[in-house]
Formats: sequence, structure tokens, C-alpha cells
Amino acid sequence: MTSALLRPRARLALPMAVTGVAALVVLSLFVGAYDLGVDDFGAEMFFISRVPRTLALVLAGCAMAVSGLIMQLLTQNRFVEPSTTGTSEWAALGLLVTVLVAPAAPLPVRMVVASVAAFVGTMVFIGILQRISLRSSLVVPLIGIMLGVVVSAFTTYLAVSTNSLQMLGTWFMGSFTSIVRGRYEVLWVVALVVLLVFLYADRITVAGLGRDIATSVGLDHTRVLLIGTGLVAVATGVTTVVVGFLPFLGLVVPNLVSMWRGDNARANLPWVCLGGVAIVVVCDVVGRIVRMPFEVPVSMILGVVGSAVFITLLLRMRAHG
Amino acid sequence: MAEVLTRSAPIDTAHRPRIALRFGILALVVVLAAVGVLTWNVPGEPGSRAFWIAVDLRVVSVATIALVACCQAVATVLFHTATANRILTPSIMGFDALYVVMQTALVFFFGSAALSATDGLLKVAVQSVLMVGFATLLYGWLFAGRRGNLHIMLLVGVVLGVGFGSLSTVMQRLLTPSDFDILSARLFGNLSNSDAEYLPWAALVVAAVLAVVWRSRHRLDVLALGRDTSLNLGLTYRREVIVMLVLVAVLISVSTTMVGPMTFFGFIVATLAYQLAGSAQHRVVLPFAALLGMAALLGGYFVLRHVFYAAGMLSIIIEFVGGVFFLVYLLRKGSL
Repeated sequence: MTSALLRPRARLALPMAVTGVAALVVLSLFVGAYDLGVDDFGAEMFFISRVPRTLALVLAGCAMAVSGLIMQLLTQNRFVEPSTTGTSEWAALGLLVTVLVAPAAPLPVRMVVASVAAFVGTMVFIGILQRISLRSSLVVPLIGIMLGVVVSAFTTYLAVSTNSLQMLGTWFMGSFTSIVRGRYEVLWVVALVVLLVFLYADRITVAGLGRDIATSVGLDHTRVLLIGTGLVAVATGVTTVVVGFLPFLGLVVPNLVSMWRGDNARANLPWVCLGGVAIVVVCDVVGRIVRMPFEVPVSMILGVVGSAVFITLLLRMRAHG
Repeated sequence: MAEVLTRSAPIDTAHRPRIALRFGILALVVVLAAVGVLTWNVPGEPGSRAFWIAVDLRVVSVATIALVACCQAVATVLFHTATANRILTPSIMGFDALYVVMQTALVFFFGSAALSATDGLLKVAVQSVLMVGFATLLYGWLFAGRRGNLHIMLLVGVVLGVGFGSLSTVMQRLLTPSDFDILSARLFGNLSNSDAEYLPWAALVVAAVLAVVWRSRHRLDVLALGRDTSLNLGLTYRREVIVMLVLVAVLISVSTTMVGPMTFFGFIVATLAYQLAGSAQHRVVLPFAALLGMAALLGGYFVLRHVFYAAGMLSIIIEFVGGVFFLVYLLRKGSL
């Protein structure tokens, strides 16, 4: 990183990236099936739909990308993120259970339960990892994905037996289509999480060196692990309840950033945030314009783009041995 | 090849009565489950006209299930042999998802006319050729790497499956509703509602593939010894592997057309078959896998449909049990 700072151009990189992402965000404000300039209703529509939607994109993109980074540090594995560890699926299970047990529960209650479920699920995953000694780092995401499959099979079973399968499909399809004023505000919780991550970044980086090293430099590893997992669980739980799954986002962004800038977590954090926002905004805008006036949910486009990048990363790894 | 056979022969003979017994029990389960599905709770007197109509309808279900189970089981064993490992399966590696993508792409780029224009045997043939071509290219390339690492493969396959899934959903979203209707009618069969018209063609194709597989059962034994050994023993390794991948692609596309994707079924069946067969020879393993597949699927269907009245749950339960099973297997392997 020091070498990056010495170069004068590198100092300009971050402001330039911020400007670029801001331009994307502005673009997102003005793209959509409803023509804002056509009548007096345009301005009102702008604040009811476009602004909340764009804010939700920024918050969710940021949160999921940062969640991926934290999980990768804590598990010391590059291929880990909420959708490859079953965290999202646990959050979904928590949400479904709340709706089945207490259909009248307000949004905050659902979010809390989903976050708690995500936390439990992530701890189960980390517990499995610590219990067994893994020879290959690639087994970790595999186990996570399979865990996710099992959990979501159980969720589907629950949904089928209570006739709520259709509801499940619309809920978890990561999409910003239904985000309007009054539906997205809870996402600000996620902003708080990102802020906390910025404050905690150094400790999480040290924890990422492993339990022994972290302990010997005076860090309470277990505490940081719990706090980190808690932050990820809250971010995932809230995003899952409001938006749905955003697959591979937390995997693609931190990996691309650290391929380019190396592995300093705190220095990379702004870049990870910006990258997450940029990818989500681009995917959502593409989803909005590809077949106007209909929309393609952002999670599908993310699924295609994300898996392509993921596979490229894997094959690069194979090529380099 | 002869050497291989004689070497494994004594083990085989020592266990022969027990293996034969297992085989018999499995066959009995298959027959009982089939008869059960056919005749349980049929309205009307046995032998009356209503009875036979109901049984006729159910025969289609039973035949579909048997065919699909056979396809999945044999395809998985072949894939295991061709790729020299017992974790990867065609379904886990995204073959089913690839099939769905290809079908969707066909409608997406050429309209639904492309699907209806290629009906009957021609349809099966064209689709299979496309699918086989692409699968062979993709997976052949993936497995060709000398530095091929099993875990990378597996992860690439799983992620490919996810990516193909998203890709086909995106394309399906962009289809006109009428095209989508035609596509989904073609694409997503399920166990209790299968297409009786397609069945004879599928059966024909599967029978042909199985005949080829059975003829090459001894070559498969050699193939299982790995690349170097089989080259040494005079096998054209690369050609054999590609032929086997082609057969796998055909079997999986038939199975996916009839009942949709079944991620973990082949894995469960093949893994259990290796345990039960007591021999690695394909002439033992293949029939075991096929029978086990039929027993599991028919039995599960019978129990769910007539005991719990929840026939639609079968694939979810397979996913759940299979996922747990796979996880445990992976963990035990991973920690060794």
C-alpha cells in the first residue's frame, strides 16, 4: 500500500472512483419505466420511488460487499461470503419461521429474527470449520454452499407444507423493484453496520491472521470473531428481509479489489464499498432497461455476472497452481 | 484387461451369495414398490374397467420413475469412472442446469417454433447432440487440465450450476409469455405428471445408451484404473472418456426433460451402490446402481403418495437428504 500512496496518481484514484460511482447513482435516479418529465407527478414519483430505490441499492451493495470482506478475513478464506456459507439461507429460514409463527409481526421483529438466524447459521458454519482440519481452502465454500442447499431445502419443505412457496419465491428473489418510500428505511441499520466495520477494520484484519497470532499481539480473538459475525449477520438479515438474496456480491468485489490493491483490509474498505455499490447499481440499471417496462431482478443478473467472475478467479488459481 | 478381471475375481466369488441376496432383495423392493404404486387404493374392483384405466395412467408414472432412476444412477457411475473420482456427479457439476440453459437459449434465440419443429425422435436427437457437444467441450476442457484439482473442479461445477440457473431465469424473464408457456411445458415435468408421448422415445434412447454402456463394461473397469494405467493397458483413454461423457450428457438430458433437475439423487444412489455391490466391477456396480435408484425413487414415491399424501415433496426430500449426505461425505473426506 505504501508504494501505492507514493504514486501521485494513486492519490487521485479514490476521488475519481467516488465520482464515477456517484455518476452511476445519478444515472440510477433517472432510469426507469416512468417518465419523470412528462407531468407534474414526476417530482413526487422521483421521491416516492427513485430516491428510495437508489438509496437501497447503495446501502445493500455496500453492506453485502463489506460482509463478504469480513467473512473472508475471519475465516481466512477468499471464497467465503454470505451466499457461500449458508448465512443468507439461514436468514431466509428465520424470516419464514417468523411469518408462519407470527404473521402479524412488524418488519423490525422479522429483521431481528432473520439476523439472529443468520448469526446462528454463521456460527454453525464457523463451528464446522474449526472442528475439522481442512486440507484445501476450496472445501470451505463447498461445505458452505451445501449447508445452504440443505437449509434452503428445509425452508422449501416448510413453505410447501404451509402453502407459502410462492411467497418464498418473491421474497428472496433479490430485487429492488418493490422498494418505495416507507419500505427501505430500515436499511439504514446497514449503514450503521458499515460504519462499525470501518471502526473495527484493524482488529478484524489482525483476527484474520489467525487465532494464535491475534492472541499473541493482544487481541481477544473470540470477541472479534463474535462481533464480526454479528455485524455480518445483521447486514445479511436486514438485506435479506428488505431486498432478498444478492448472490456472489460479497465474493466478487473484495477479491477483485485485493487482486488489484493487495490485502490491507482497512485501506481496501472504501474500495470494497464503492465496488459493491457500482456493481449493484449497474446490474439494477441493466435489469431496468433490458426489457422496459418490465424488470429483470438484480439477483439474476448478479448470479450470472458473479458466477462468471467466480469461475474466472478459480481458473486463475488453477493456472497459477 | 484379463489380468484385471482375474485379480478381482476371487473377492467377487467369495462374496457372491451375499451380493446375490442383496441384489434379490433390491429387485423385490423394486417390484413391490412398482406393484404398490400401480394398484394401491385404486378405485373400482380389481379387474374392472375403471381399475384398468387407473392402472394404465399409473403405468406412465412408474415407467418414468424407473427410467429416470436408471438414467441418474448409470450416468453418475459413468461420470465417476470417467473423471476418476467419487464426489463429482453430473448433476452437482451443473449438467441439468446446462440442459435447461440450452433449452431456454433455443427458445430465446429461435422462438418457440424451434422447439415444436424438432418433435419426436428428431427433437431428442437434435437436443442431445447440442447438449452433448457443449457439455463435452466444456467439461472436456475442464477435466483436460493436467493440474486439475478436484476441489477446484467441484467448486467450478457448483458455481457453473448456479450461473446457468441464473442465466436461464434471466432469459426466461425476457421471453414472451406464450414462448415461456411452451418452454415450461417442455422443460419442467415432474414425477406424477409426465409426458406419456415422450416416454417411448426416451425409453428407446435410454435402452440404446444402456446397451452401449453394458457392452463397454469391461473397458470401464480399465478406465477406472486411471489415465496412465489404462493407457498402458492399451485403451485409447481420451476417446473413451469423451464417449462416456457423451453418454452421460444423453442420459441426463433425458432425465431432466422428464422430471426436471435432481441434484443429489445420483450421488446418493451411486455411493450406496459402491457399498452394496462389494466390487468395483462395472458389471456388478451398474445393475446395482440402477436397481437401487429404482427402489429408492419408486419406494419414496409410493410412501409419499400413499402414506403421507405428499407426492410433490419427493424432490425436496431428496435434496435435503442428499445435501446432508453429501456434506457428511465431504467432511469425512476433507478431514482425512
